[in-house]
Amino acid sequence: MNTDTLAPDSNLVPPPAAKPDHPLRETLVIFLKNKAAAAGMILLLIVLVGTIFGPALYGVDANEMVWIPLSPPGDGTPLGTDYLGRDILAGILVGGRVTLIVGAVSAVMTIVIGVVVGAFAGFFGGRVDAALMKFTEFFQVLPSLLLAMVLVTIFAPSLTTIIFAIGVVGWAQIARLTRAEFMRIGNLDYVKAARAAGARDSYLMFRVILPGSLPPIIVSSALVTGASILFEAGLSFLGLGDPNTLSWGLIIGQNQNYLLDAWWTVTCPGMAIFVTVLAISLIGDGINDALNPRARKRG
Amino acid sequence: MTPLLSVRGLSKEYEVGRSLFGKTTKTVKAVQDVSFDIAKGETLSLVGESGCGKSTVGRAIAGLHAATVGEVLLDGRSIADTPSAGWHSRVQVVFQDPFSSLNPRMRVRDIIAEPLTNFGSTRAKTEARVKELIDLVRLPRDAGDRFPHEFSGGQRQRIGIARALAPKPELVICDEAVSALDVSVKAQIVNLLADLRAELGLALLFISHDLAIVDHITDRVAVMYLGRIVEIGTRDDLFGAPVHPYTRALLSAVPVVDPGQRRDRIVLQGELPSPLSPPSGCAFRTRCPLAEPGCAGNVPALTDVGPGRQVACPVVTRTTADVN
Repeated sequence: MNTDTLAPDSNLVPPPAAKPDHPLRETLVIFLKNKAAAAGMILLLIVLVGTIFGPALYGVDANEMVWIPLSPPGDGTPLGTDYLGRDILAGILVGGRVTLIVGAVSAVMTIVIGVVVGAFAGFFGGRVDAALMKFTEFFQVLPSLLLAMVLVTIFAPSLTTIIFAIGVVGWAQIARLTRAEFMRIGNLDYVKAARAAGARDSYLMFRVILPGSLPPIIVSSALVTGASILFEAGLSFLGLGDPNTLSWGLIIGQNQNYLLDAWWTVTCPGMAIFVTVLAISLIGDGINDALNPRARKRG
Repeated sequence: MTPLLSVRGLSKEYEVGRSLFGKTTKTVKAVQDVSFDIAKGETLSLVGESGCGKSTVGRAIAGLHAATVGEVLLDGRSIADTPSAGWHSRVQVVFQDPFSSLNPRMRVRDIIAEPLTNFGSTRAKTEARVKELIDLVRLPRDAGDRFPHEFSGGQRQRIGIARALAPKPELVICDEAVSALDVSVKAQIVNLLADLRAELGLALLFISHDLAIVDHITDRVAVMYLGRIVEIGTRDDLFGAPVHPYTRALLSAVPVVDPGQRRDRIVLQGELPSPLSPPSGCAFRTRCPLAEPGCAGNVPALTDVGPGRQVACPVVTRTTADVN
């Protein structure tokens, strides 16, 4: 076979792309064009601004008895009062801080534990994988709400315990997801190439494989954050929240006996939770669509 | 003179299937008792069907996985006794798929610089070397700032070659390096490899199933079948007068660009046996036109049939000996 006569292809260079875009920029553009995700962003922004600046702007003490107990919305207070005559709107504004902080911090904890466990299992495989996955399954088969309740009851309800409990019960899914991604990407040639280029294990795990596995992890992180907020509300509702820190779940929990007589005491904080979790999952979906543009076009 | 690379009795087994209690139930012997040498600046091609273990040999030499049995030596020093950075800076790999072998999140400059950074080169030196490499593989000057997805397959493979050449290796393993490319691009990349080899005095281990390409670039050829080398020799000897029945069948399958020329095509019967349960004795006997009852006995050893020429087939070596 004679190939020497072929010209070298240095003159066959394709014209430079219109703009050498970083792949992330393209993702960002798709994300910003997504209406549902934009709505989610706006909702979340409202929630954040409301909880950060709301209490100061509204100026009503959420723990103070300000009006007749169980008075309906518009009758003296914008969203009514609870069974002790406290302003529900003030409670929602202040309680949002705790709810959001607990949700965010425990989501971070869930994600960190899950990613680390999954990364080691997926990267090293074999016995390490088997041991870590048995451990993960142990957490997966326990009813998570029950486990969290037990943890909170054992270690006295406080913010730290609640965050810890939520973080400990939810990471199994993230771990499995991360493990699967690490196994998939770990087999790609560019990881082998990095290995052949003398990369160390820690570099391979966290600089080469992790960035590639981030898309699904980011998406499920958004869902985990939503779930953590729901979890916190659930624990507070069951009376296992910190009774001294006002949160959305706590307001619902304390007023549950008056649900039929005073719907606003439960519905208003419930709406706040609903809107926040909805906003976060809309954003999560938006990220997912932006990271998998092909999957979106198919659907 | 010690050869640059020596492979001695290399075997690689994979465990597949585990019983309930984690005991291995089956092993695939991907590579069995493979030995060969590569001299400095020499090109050896490893050819065979897919699944015959040629890539496994390449990866063991590249230090990407450990051999089950056997030794890989560079200048007489075993891979087991060499720190991995020392090994990887002398032996590099060009991978098959130019799409999956480049990290989509890294700029070309960083991809090429990866081995340099890992082996502790200074920033200024790395930068200069990357520029040099981009010119060496004939990529456009501005390639460094761009991402892999902006390049065609052939250009991506140039990036892969530049990365492999970055630490100034003495041996480059081309693992089906051109198989995924279009024919015209294939030729360009092969020519580039041939030029670079001459320019830099590289030794190449060229793993391929494409005999036409192998013919174009190689000094010596080793033919593998089901994990073993069945014939090894210089290109001219082996392609000119193949001895092993498998080599003959393989060569007769190469398409010839001449409609007037008719050749007797040796068509093998049957399928490639499963490496999970290879035939006893000579693994090729189930498809071999020369098979005798005796072939089921022992695994045939490679025997010398000329200078630097070895064949693992007692039937042909016996008959050729008779002829002589």
